[in-house]
Amino acid sequence: MANRGIAQLAQDLRAQRTSAAALLDAALERASARADLNAFITVDGGRAHLAADRADALLRQGGGAALTGIPFAHKDIFCTNGIRTTCASRMLADFVPPYDAAVAERLAATGAVALGKTNMDEFAMGSSNENSAFGPVRNPWDAARVPGGSSGGSAAAVAAGIVPFATGTDTGGSIRQPAAFCGITGLKPTYGRVSRWGMIAFASSLDCGGVLARRAEDCAHVLAAMAGHDARDATSVDRPVDDYVAALSTSLKGIRVGVAREYFGAGVDGGVGAAVQAALAQLERLGACLVDISLPNAALAISAYYVIAPAEASSNLARYDGVRYGHRCAEPKSLEDLYTRSRAEAFGAEVRRRILVGTYALSAGYYDAYYLRAQRARRLIANDFVDAFKQVDLIAGPTTPTTAFRLGEKTGDPLAMYAADVNTVAVNLAGLPAISLPAGFSAGLPVGLQVIAPAFAEARLLAAAHQFQVATDWHLREPQSPR
Amino acid sequence: MPIDHATVRHMARLARLAVAEEELPRLAAELGRVLQLADQLAAAAADVEPMAHPHEQTLAWRADAVTETDRADALLALAPDARGGLYLVPKVIE
Repeated sequence: MANRGIAQLAQDLRAQRTSAAALLDAALERASARADLNAFITVDGGRAHLAADRADALLRQGGGAALTGIPFAHKDIFCTNGIRTTCASRMLADFVPPYDAAVAERLAATGAVALGKTNMDEFAMGSSNENSAFGPVRNPWDAARVPGGSSGGSAAAVAAGIVPFATGTDTGGSIRQPAAFCGITGLKPTYGRVSRWGMIAFASSLDCGGVLARRAEDCAHVLAAMAGHDARDATSVDRPVDDYVAALSTSLKGIRVGVAREYFGAGVDGGVGAAVQAALAQLERLGACLVDISLPNAALAISAYYVIAPAEASSNLARYDGVRYGHRCAEPKSLEDLYTRSRAEAFGAEVRRRILVGTYALSAGYYDAYYLRAQRARRLIANDFVDAFKQVDLIAGPTTPTTAFRLGEKTGDPLAMYAADVNTVAVNLAGLPAISLPAGFSAGLPVGLQVIAPAFAEARLLAAAHQFQVATDWHLREPQSPR
Repeated sequence: MPIDHATVRHMARLARLAVAEEELPRLAAELGRVLQLADQLAAAAADVEPMAHPHEQTLAWRADAVTETDRADALLALAPDARGGLYLVPKVIE
């Protein structure tokens, strides 16, 4: 199953060359063979078998859609009715939601078969998957390296050939960065395109559900199922969903691709820069024209993001009080003691750090100097994109300045870790769609090409990505399994 | 911007996070480092409108009607301690 895309699997299912039950068995077997990756927090084979049987019944009657019978995994940030949802936190280690997230509902309705919940950085705060209460995930290309984060389990599960696709969320790069590190494709849609209902909140003005898969074409099929208006999320956008799959055949001829010089600065590793330049040349051979552009405020993005995201996190995570659900400390002496000890015991170091930073940025006396200033910088960053998209149709550059780093390499210094997000956070601040595509290797490790589009231009973005993948095979390369 | 121990204690109090005395030096150093990043924003104090959200849309209105079903039992079942339809916490009023 590993290398077959969703379209091929759907054909095989329809022609009865395989069944949903057989695909599920293969995925479960592969998941257990690759338990060393620690990609999953929860696997629920029993429930998955019931879903596979329903899908097979539907397919036998000639029914079903593109995703019917296809196994996949959810990032453990999406609430799943009756299935433990931890957000990789001790706080929610025993939390079993009584409802499904909108994304889970929509994918279940297509007949796709969820087999479990993938590992991640706690509350999606991290760029290496080392901040999980359930232990780090390993990169399938090199077990000594991180898979990226925060959707590290989803990226590793797809890269290792366990599932053809997995859901993810992207607040500052959490889909694109692990996709780049694991040599797969990761799509972050426009803010508001996918409902956040039932997706555990980190930073509400940035959080965005999306998909990790081998191919852009697979991402198009999954986004088609995930996207759409949902009145239960007040920031969900009510506008028609384009036909992403039909648009894939659109040629790159005449498409203007902006190359922002700020994305090729001193911090970019030589091998990454070379692979990305070669990918840009490939786009040009496919008929795109490259345009040199500037995003003059790009250098402000990390600073603005690491004020805004913690500020929103400190507010969102106030809900974990040890009273209504989640961890409660033993023998609380007072209500205050219950709050403070439950939270301190159950939140990991990075989550506590961000809550304290966010509290500081929002506190009396510092609000103007930090939060308001960060919001002004956010406007400058978003305006850079508005100006750039007057000249070009897409913007391309390296997803990350380096390939996957070693486990433990950056855990001692939060700022070094945050620097891994330098090319991805601006996209979230502006609310734009972007994709990371496999674009070659540097010293044996995958390199990602990030392509950014104007708001709601996912069809254009996916078409360009698909055309690139028709001409290249980086996305089909697979890591060797350990003996 | 250097952060002192009293500031860390105050933030921890506002955030309702228990912090042990021996954690203070490390937390103060880390917060100071992270906030250094934010100090780079001083240069961006331009006269642009602060941006809170990616889209300029106004919040959607909905009908003033009951849409939620009664899920009290399912929700209370998640609580660490609940009885008789109520969440239980340590005594608040002496």
